[in-house]
Amino acid sequence: MNELDFDTPRFTIKKPAVRHDKQGDASDAERSAAAVHAFLRDMTRSAATYMESCIRCGHCAEACHFYVTSGDPQYTPIWKLEPLRQIWKREAGPFSWFHKKLKKPIDSNRLREWQELLYDSCTLCGRCTLACPMGIDIAALVAQARRGMFAAGLVPHELWAVAERAEREGSPLGATPRVLKERIEWLSDEHGVDIALDRPRADVLATLSSVELMKYPQSLVALAKILNRLGESWTFRSDGYEATNFGLFSGNLAWQRDMTLKLVDAAIACGAKTLVLPECGHAYGAMRWQGANMYGKPLPFRVLHISEFLAEAVRAGRLKLKPMQGTVTFHDPCQVSRRGGATGAPREVLAALGAELREMPPAGDASWCCGGGGGVITLHRADEQRYRAFEIKMRQVESSGAQRLATSCSNCRLTFDDGQAHYKWGRKMESLLELVAGSLAAP
Amino acid sequence: MPLLELARGPALAFSIAVLVFGLAWRLYGILRYPARVDYSEPRRRDLAAGGLRAIFAKMAPPKNVKVRAAAMANAYAYHLGLAVVVFGFAPHIAFFERYTGIGWPALPDALIYVAAGVTIVGLLIALLARLTDRVLRLLSSFDDYWSWFVTIAPLATGMALLPAPAEPVAVAIHLLSLELLLVWLPFGKLAHAALVFVSRWRTGVDFTRKGAAV
Repeated sequence: MNELDFDTPRFTIKKPAVRHDKQGDASDAERSAAAVHAFLRDMTRSAATYMESCIRCGHCAEACHFYVTSGDPQYTPIWKLEPLRQIWKREAGPFSWFHKKLKKPIDSNRLREWQELLYDSCTLCGRCTLACPMGIDIAALVAQARRGMFAAGLVPHELWAVAERAEREGSPLGATPRVLKERIEWLSDEHGVDIALDRPRADVLATLSSVELMKYPQSLVALAKILNRLGESWTFRSDGYEATNFGLFSGNLAWQRDMTLKLVDAAIACGAKTLVLPECGHAYGAMRWQGANMYGKPLPFRVLHISEFLAEAVRAGRLKLKPMQGTVTFHDPCQVSRRGGATGAPREVLAALGAELREMPPAGDASWCCGGGGGVITLHRADEQRYRAFEIKMRQVESSGAQRLATSCSNCRLTFDDGQAHYKWGRKMESLLELVAGSLAAP
Repeated sequence: MPLLELARGPALAFSIAVLVFGLAWRLYGILRYPARVDYSEPRRRDLAAGGLRAIFAKMAPPKNVKVRAAAMANAYAYHLGLAVVVFGFAPHIAFFERYTGIGWPALPDALIYVAAGVTIVGLLIALLARLTDRVLRLLSSFDDYWSWFVTIAPLATGMALLPAPAEPVAVAIHLLSLELLLVWLPFGKLAHAALVFVSRWRTGVDFTRKGAAV
């Protein structure tokens, strides 16, 4: 049994006494065959292009926080795809007929060796693509490689455990529908805020990250305050609320689809015109950019990250805010900004808050990842390298000279809290959503 | 058959045929895969423009992302140097003109010699880096070293022709070394001469759809 650990700054399962980084009892040959099949099943023209295009220049290394903070060449982003490249060349590349004669099929031991590179030392942040002269989307290939690893039963212990829990219970952190209901009742009473749940009809379906529900419940209150102030017809739904998607992280496409379709079905059931995603980076990628593809057709509603929703309200003049005191720097969640294209939205909101924004060098699309994305924060064995990577972030924050720091991703916030505790760093990450809720002007 | 005749005739035809069919096969091996069907609501719809933008934008060093500056400067140097030598040297233009009927004004010989020198030194530095840098050493395979060799070989054999007039055997060796490059190009990393456009285009299209940075 993998017990959840809520006593530490970061939420995951308790450190396993014995690791089980291999699932099932398939033979080595079966694991290899499953990985090859899963990888090639998802091959697209873009992925095939990328597999053929690397010129081994090594520029991607300098863009990766795990390489930069360790100097270990195995953390070079493109090297993390080496088994994939071998599978591609032997099994499906343009000259596979030749490579089949030269090379043996990929060995499952080799895949097992690569588990750490594909899961522990890649946050799927995609910074390496900016550095790649060929424009190879390495993060997308790592995600594709993870599907092969899942099919082979070679997922790290903690990530498999939380992903399996998410599929079974509807939440990776025990935020079941019953817990949701109890927490919403408690938060409504405690804060005197109407938090809509299970309304049969609503224009806006609000969703959440279980990190928020279990660790930052004030985020739900903040969201409710803002939606109520805007006069929105809105609701949370107990049949579709969890926006995190550990199916995506772990590499299980079927689970990813299940998790996505819960939200889609809930939005359709209440006739929502807009689905608002919470302060969660990968939830944005999973739903905004992959949701319709899981659904198999265009979604009958809009999908917005909460920062986009707030920016729209600001632009329309619907959201009046009191000026915020002090200077602030913004940490860009990679999946929302760099990989999601919504880099401008939080800055519009901060401008509406009257905040003096002091950008980190570099900021926006080129910003460094916090080190906890891609499921990395769940992995105990990745702690050392994750903390090393976080040192870059601390330096960035300090060099901005800002008094306060904010983000719009609860997973980044969790990583900052954990890093802050580890380094006894005297800074506190704040939520953009909560800053806005705390600055609502009188109607 | 004299060596020069072989190099100018059947060997040249063979190498060009391998280049064309090899590259076509390699591109077919990529393009035969289906383009991803994407049902998400695009943030931007100027996808073709995004593809083109990516092709050109990636020619410049990335903004705000540190790369290996010396290696990048060196790569610019030997790529440009190679282009100047191949397309600016009078005998090369005459060679193109003989086979295609298309010619253009040549650059001064002195500039060509400087470009050739820069290219050769640049390639030697690139090899040294590949042999000594921990990242590059890890990433490198036979393809990297062999591609390096077939690139520098025509430069070296070309330099050996100077000063003119050159011996026919030396000209033949120069041509054969070029033909070796043409024969290898579709099969290894040198195919980036074509793949660079495909790869950047795909990223440009996919990322522009999301409004994401390339």
